[in-house]
Amino acid sequence: MTRDEALFEFLVRMGDNTLVLGHRVSEWCGHAPVLEEDIALANIALDLIGQTQLWLGLAGEVEGKGRSADDLAFHRDAWDFRNLLLLEQPNGDFGRTMMRQFLFDAAHIGLLEALKDSADPRIAEIAAKSAKEVAYHVERSGDTVIALGDGTSESHDRMQKALDRLWPYAGEVFIDDAVDEELAGAGIAPLPSTLKDAWEARVRHVMAEATLKIPEDDFAHKGGKSGFRHSEHLGHMLTEMQWLQRAYPDATW
Amino acid sequence: MQTATPTTRTDSKHPDTDQVWAWLDEVPDPEIPVISLVDLGIIRDVEWQGDTLEVTVTPTYSGCPATSIINLDIETALRGHGIEKLELKRRLSPPWTTDWLSDKGRARLEEYGIAPPQPAGGPEKCPHCGSAHVHRISQFGSTPCKAQWRCDECREPFDYFKCI
Repeated sequence: MTRDEALFEFLVRMGDNTLVLGHRVSEWCGHAPVLEEDIALANIALDLIGQTQLWLGLAGEVEGKGRSADDLAFHRDAWDFRNLLLLEQPNGDFGRTMMRQFLFDAAHIGLLEALKDSADPRIAEIAAKSAKEVAYHVERSGDTVIALGDGTSESHDRMQKALDRLWPYAGEVFIDDAVDEELAGAGIAPLPSTLKDAWEARVRHVMAEATLKIPEDDFAHKGGKSGFRHSEHLGHMLTEMQWLQRAYPDATW
Repeated sequence: MQTATPTTRTDSKHPDTDQVWAWLDEVPDPEIPVISLVDLGIIRDVEWQGDTLEVTVTPTYSGCPATSIINLDIETALRGHGIEKLELKRRLSPPWTTDWLSDKGRARLEEYGIAPPQPAGGPEKCPHCGSAHVHRISQFGSTPCKAQWRCDECREPFDYFKCI
């Protein structure tokens, strides 16, 4: 693997994470439990899609084959996606959506803060821009997990079920592979495993406040970040997200 | 506005950059039209490269849908002032901050009913009645740059231009 191949893979991972989660969150538009939450979810989806344009735009540039961010988003099939399995999981109820958001936001902010010092200035500037937005995301998702976990008995039960269901998908983000090692060696990106302790401390603190119990089993599903094996949900999501470009290739308006 | 006379021009063939800044200060933000693009702090640089005018713009939020409209508005305004060769450049670093809002822009936001950003992270007072008794409804609002607050005195909801 050359440096540029590793860099492309890393950028696609970053962009696919924000794209897939951004699309999932946008599915709430017009459906959230209250107006303020609907607006917040739509704004967060918008931030994530904006960040996707930056990451996938740079990925296309590094690849050098003339593919734009839109080409990468709409003209690839499930096996070429490199997002974490956690992010393609269906929304479920509002509580499960917020739990998924918090587990990711807490990892996302740590990664972006570290990437601000990337040896590649193009990555550092996207990270600095994104980190400002994600600081608001993690504040809200953490507060909401606490409010619902430490809320009524029904909201508590739903949040505990959400945590139990999503926990096995949370560990994938911290599993290092050859791409990570290549970029860490060049000072371009940190090894994901080095970010786990800070994430876990933050998650434990929020779950304790939320009166929720973290599952003891640390088993982690994998295959999203490597593209080796996505869950069945990604294909269904892409069918909807990519419908227009598949029915009318290269349509613009 | 500065009057461009031949003696103040850096090059007799095109208007000087102060004049261009003044023109850009007349282009309203598409979502909050009481402030200009210069007030918003997103115009980072204006310079001539030979006979091409380069205007460097930074986005507010990475996904802000107004970004492409802003570029179109800049182009339309400057072409209307006779600029023929124009290049718009995007600059991400340093990232946009609400610290770059002009004092004029902050005052106009408040008159319009949007509380300007404060270092404390929340509005100083209600933009409608001036009361300091206000509380947050949501950290997210009608555009990416705003949060929703409510005044406990006059009971009116209002937008707060949040710090970033």
